[in-house]
Amino acid sequence: MYAVRLWSVRHARGLSRVYAGFESVLMKLAPLFEKIGYQRMERPVAAVERTVKGLLFDCKMCGRCVLSSTGLSCPMNCPKQLRNGPCGGVRANGNCEVKPEMRCVWVEAWQGAERIPGGLEAISVVQAPVDRRLEGTSAWLRVAREKSGAAK
Amino acid sequence: MIFEDEPVPGYPLPILPGHTSPGRFERVLRAGAFAITAELAPPDSADPEEVYKRARVFDGYVDAINATDGSGANCHMSSMAVCALLTRVGYAPVMQISCRDKNRIAIQGDILGGAAMGVCNMLCLTGDGVQAGDHPQAKAVFDLDSVSLLGIARGLRDDHHFESGRKVTFAPRVFFGAAENPSVPPVEHRMRRLAKKVAAGAQFVQTQYCYDMDLLRAFMKGVEDAGLLDKVFILIGVGPLRSAKAADWMRTNVPGIHIPDAIVNRLKGAQDQAREGRDLCVDLIQEARSIKGVAGVHVMAYRQEESVAEVIDRSGVLGGRVPWYPGRDAQINEDRKTS
Repeated sequence: MYAVRLWSVRHARGLSRVYAGFESVLMKLAPLFEKIGYQRMERPVAAVERTVKGLLFDCKMCGRCVLSSTGLSCPMNCPKQLRNGPCGGVRANGNCEVKPEMRCVWVEAWQGAERIPGGLEAISVVQAPVDRRLEGTSAWLRVAREKSGAAK
Repeated sequence: MIFEDEPVPGYPLPILPGHTSPGRFERVLRAGAFAITAELAPPDSADPEEVYKRARVFDGYVDAINATDGSGANCHMSSMAVCALLTRVGYAPVMQISCRDKNRIAIQGDILGGAAMGVCNMLCLTGDGVQAGDHPQAKAVFDLDSVSLLGIARGLRDDHHFESGRKVTFAPRVFFGAAENPSVPPVEHRMRRLAKKVAAGAQFVQTQYCYDMDLLRAFMKGVEDAGLLDKVFILIGVGPLRSAKAADWMRTNVPGIHIPDAIVNRLKGAQDQAREGRDLCVDLIQEARSIKGVAGVHVMAYRQEESVAEVIDRSGVLGGRVPWYPGRDAQINEDRKTS
């Protein structure tokens, strides 16, 4: 929901702290996930993720979540799906070129990034083009799998 | 300037040490000259002569010619085709690549194809939304964004592989550029976005129209403070305004164009508004030139391309230099052939 999405960016600091806690829980659960099988976990977890992140961020389930690098403003809500910053068409009032009634997600992103410790460094990292095959899959499970795999 | 090893049109120049392309545009910038580029509006036609006619009006005044890629999301002859026609006679085109109409498969193919046809400069753009143009019913692609496109383009050139990792046997030798718009929100973060583009592979930048010199100065200061000045050549976008009414229409209807009231009022108060628009453009070029780190100007004179020569001439920024154009060195080439 649009209003909730804006609220989330305004509360980027608190929410990012909540997520950091959540991520450490995910990491702890990784061995359990492995036992159950990521394949089997995929559908139910993706459904929960879609609901929660859909409510908070209007998440589009791109499968490669970069919210922590975009001030908790989901870049997939940009009509051009820009993942590295705003286009040159942003309106004088900070709204979107394509959808004049919507705030530019990147104007929001920088405001959110300023609220998160380390947010401005994170937003400056160049994001690789998104792998379109991941659309609809759970980014949470991917984080658990990749980060716990890397820790081993 | 005349390069000793200036080739017969159609043949690439040798690549100098530290250069990435065999192009004349990169040479002019790296030699420290104040560079001029101009925008060519591709025709709504399949006649190549239309392209040459539009290029010839810039002869002797510009170092490179940008061929727009469906600018404003309007349908025209493709940028790659215009560039290929231009390289046939030796012009130095800048091929514009927008992420709006093509996915990564098509775009990487175009980078190879463009380079194969002698295009030495490519400008990586996001692209206007389809809602802005004459085909709002079209599907907008945006598989990549301008920054990830730059990264892929650099990978092709420097690492000799596609995004997939598959090797290319002969890498495109291209000078890659990006766009920036210092005049629209979030203005305080625009130079950070530029920094990302430079990190991804941008070697030169052509900005959107800059009519607000205070914003431009603040932007350039930010670029300098971020330590980017020796990493990227910045060309400032300028253009003559035809009238106060046209200026007002542009700033209301064209995405990303900011024209301060003071500019519109200056035009309104003039007897001959078109002439005042050209005077204003001369002033902007001279002012842009005085800002530290500005490497040149990019003149966008949509539907008044014939005024570009006059504006550049009166601004005096070429300082007597005559950029190459087909036929400029006819005598030199003649001598070379006989010697």
